[in-house]
Amino acid sequence: MDNSLLVDLSRGQFALTALYHWLFVPLTLGLSFIVAMFETIYVKTNDSEWKKITKFWMGLFAINFAIGIATGIIMEFEFGTNWSNYSWIVGDIFGAPLAIEGLMAFFMESTFFAIMFFGWDKVSKKVHLLSTWLVAIGSNLSALWILVANGWMQHPVGMKFNVDTARFEMENFFDVVFNPMAVSKFLHTVSSGYVMGSLFVVGISAWFLLKRRDVLFAKRSIIVAASFGLLTSIFLITTGDESAHEVAMKQPVKLAAMEGLYEGHKRAGIVAIGQLNTDKEIGDTTKDEFLWKLEIPYALSFLGYRDINAFVPGLNELVNGDPQNSVESANEKIRKGKIALNALRSYKNAKKSDTQDVAKSALEEFRMYEKYLGYGYLDKPKQIVPPIGLTFYSFHIMVGLGSWFAGLFLLLLYFSMVGKIEGKTLLLRAALFSIPLGYIAGEAGWIVAEVGRQPWAIQDMLPVGVATSQLDTTAVIITMSLFAIIFTTLLIAEIKIMLTQIKIGYKEA
Amino acid sequence: MFETFTLLTLQQYWWFLVSLLGALFVFITFVQGGQTLLYKIAKTEKERDVLVASLGRKWELSFTALVMFGGALFAAFPLFYAVSFGGAYFVWMAILFCFIIQAVSYEYRKKPNNFLGKRTYEIFLFINGSLGIILIGMAVGTMFSGGNFIKDDMNLSAWTLSSRGLEAALNPFNVVFGFTLFFLARVQASLYFLNNISHKQIEKRSRGQLKNDSIFFVGFFVFLSIMLLIMSGFSYNESGFFIEKYKFLSNFLANPILLIFFLVGTLMVLYAIFISLFKKSSKGIWFSGIGTVLVVLSIFCLLGFNNTAIYPSLSDIQSSLNIQNSSGSHYTLTVMSYVSFLVPFVLGYIILVWKSMDKTKITSDEIQADSHHY
Repeated sequence: MDNSLLVDLSRGQFALTALYHWLFVPLTLGLSFIVAMFETIYVKTNDSEWKKITKFWMGLFAINFAIGIATGIIMEFEFGTNWSNYSWIVGDIFGAPLAIEGLMAFFMESTFFAIMFFGWDKVSKKVHLLSTWLVAIGSNLSALWILVANGWMQHPVGMKFNVDTARFEMENFFDVVFNPMAVSKFLHTVSSGYVMGSLFVVGISAWFLLKRRDVLFAKRSIIVAASFGLLTSIFLITTGDESAHEVAMKQPVKLAAMEGLYEGHKRAGIVAIGQLNTDKEIGDTTKDEFLWKLEIPYALSFLGYRDINAFVPGLNELVNGDPQNSVESANEKIRKGKIALNALRSYKNAKKSDTQDVAKSALEEFRMYEKYLGYGYLDKPKQIVPPIGLTFYSFHIMVGLGSWFAGLFLLLLYFSMVGKIEGKTLLLRAALFSIPLGYIAGEAGWIVAEVGRQPWAIQDMLPVGVATSQLDTTAVIITMSLFAIIFTTLLIAEIKIMLTQIKIGYKEA
Repeated sequence: MFETFTLLTLQQYWWFLVSLLGALFVFITFVQGGQTLLYKIAKTEKERDVLVASLGRKWELSFTALVMFGGALFAAFPLFYAVSFGGAYFVWMAILFCFIIQAVSYEYRKKPNNFLGKRTYEIFLFINGSLGIILIGMAVGTMFSGGNFIKDDMNLSAWTLSSRGLEAALNPFNVVFGFTLFFLARVQASLYFLNNISHKQIEKRSRGQLKNDSIFFVGFFVFLSIMLLIMSGFSYNESGFFIEKYKFLSNFLANPILLIFFLVGTLMVLYAIFISLFKKSSKGIWFSGIGTVLVVLSIFCLLGFNNTAIYPSLSDIQSSLNIQNSSGSHYTLTVMSYVSFLVPFVLGYIILVWKSMDKTKITSDEIQADSHHY
């Protein structure tokens, strides 16, 4: 049965809800720490102005936090509702981080949130400050566990396929938690949240300075947020490099799509900026990959493999194979995957009919080819290639904007330190208009991570086509439409409330 | 320590923990119950603000408890999670929509320029507290009455009806389960207001509301209990699943501790209602809270022990789920069991925070003076 429409709709619904959720999470991650810093300064200095500053940003944090929770609950349950085969096949590994997230992070956030917002006059200053920090830590712990789960989807480790239960089972919890892909994803993702939080604070503070309102409040906010933003944006670039290195090692098809690399070669360069040739197809060596491009020589080999002379496989090699450089073709992987699948079926049938010898030999054959299991569900080699244009442009937008943010924070901090920030109208406008750019960069990052690894729900092990629930397409269309309507409505409400609170200003708020 | 446990012991331990989480969630649904009483107990805008502020300091815990309940089910019993959520699609999606609209309503309700208007957010809260809770009750009811699913050799499942779980509303047991939870939530809400708010009119109306809701709650609860005790359930042995008459009555008799929990819990809830109505006590929430946890815990545990199906299949009896065929592996349950050591710690800080926030009752003056009140 062709279920491609159902799979596309299920992916579409998950993408829709995830993209909406990610509009709010980065600000929660970053602003929670910035608010905690403001409050720490207040407790240290006992200056009531800092308390007002803290409360103003805390108010905006709460407005964002509420809608983040609203869009977040659906993510956990969608694994069951729309990806039920996935939930069974990998639930033994994937469920654990989600449960730990709930126990370690959600309860901490939701409990101390009450003190943070309503406990100013009910607990001591220090207990209140501790609660604010615990909300920030809780938010970030939540990110840790969900990114452990996501990192495992990108690079599955610490598990074994159990032929009797027909699912993957965890063998080593610490391999899952300390999976290098998970570690780099966590560091890169939370630092993007810190940068987003900083952009939000400097951008809004810049608006106050442009309006010549609440100048002291705005300048103080900029100093703290620009310092945090500069440090974390440098960290973001560093972790981004590590993240890309992990992709090069574990997801070469994604790397090739990120770089629009059709033909692999040694000493490969990175395309800093360029326009893909949409007429170019895999296997066609007559057309150029780009209509125009600006390339940094050797950089892809060096950053991806830490070796200036390294061979970087392109999409042609990854699909059609390149024995010279030990790149196996997708066709060969599909053939081996089908052997694994047939062996699994033979094993199950033999167990049912109680023919032990057949079961034993089927199991041996399965173990020989099990690492290709996911490929057995594919039909054509080109299915391993994700949407190239979307992955390429998203990646380059993310990288370009990330670099801009570091420069912006540096300039803001410098002019704040020398006391000239008020006169830098252009820079202040740039800060204000960088707020939406932060959101664009974050969403682009997730598009690279998730679209770039298609067709896999679990890299090389489980394609999305097998992972979905067996639903009517009408059911998914109904729920996806409802999500679109409700989330868009709530987003409009959130933006209107947020803008109104900002206009009211920190004294009145 | 847990490594030496048998797989069955770990499965039972985890079913107990999931049941405890479910029981704690039902306790904290007083938040939802209270949301349906905003226009019953409060007659002025100021009074409504006090109710919303009182509930608003706890709403996130109810949300978190639900998420935790789902997360624990996913981690410990992934096949149940896959079959139920992927199968009864419309029911679970409807529940989720009810909770999505709750999450923003407290924060946005009173904010200027909130796009939808205060009344819309209050309607959202009402929908969450009524439809959301009734649907959850109906979904839990299917764990006793069954669902229309099948599963194959690879444990991949499919739902056999296009109504995708909505058919649960046609089963009287599920409906009674839903309404029992709904009225329990309202009873507990009134008890919570009596304990948490210092306001004469609110206290008076809370007691009046408690009287009305208690009548409905007791009626539905008695009806539910009778249905539970006389209904047939799905048992299993080495040859597979089969239907057993008076299954849950025999489970109670086979596990007297569960019967004691059920009876003691019921008495505590009734005692809470009694002292609140006739002794003018404000401590009822603590008795009803502990009572609710004991009753719900015992009801959930009926499914996990004594060779009982946790999710009977009405389409193919042998596709039914029990704690053994739907659980995580020995290794994962072991790891998760160590993580469960955090539960007392988490409960501890929740109680500490709750105590520090509720040292004194909420007053109208306090709410009006609070710049961030809901």
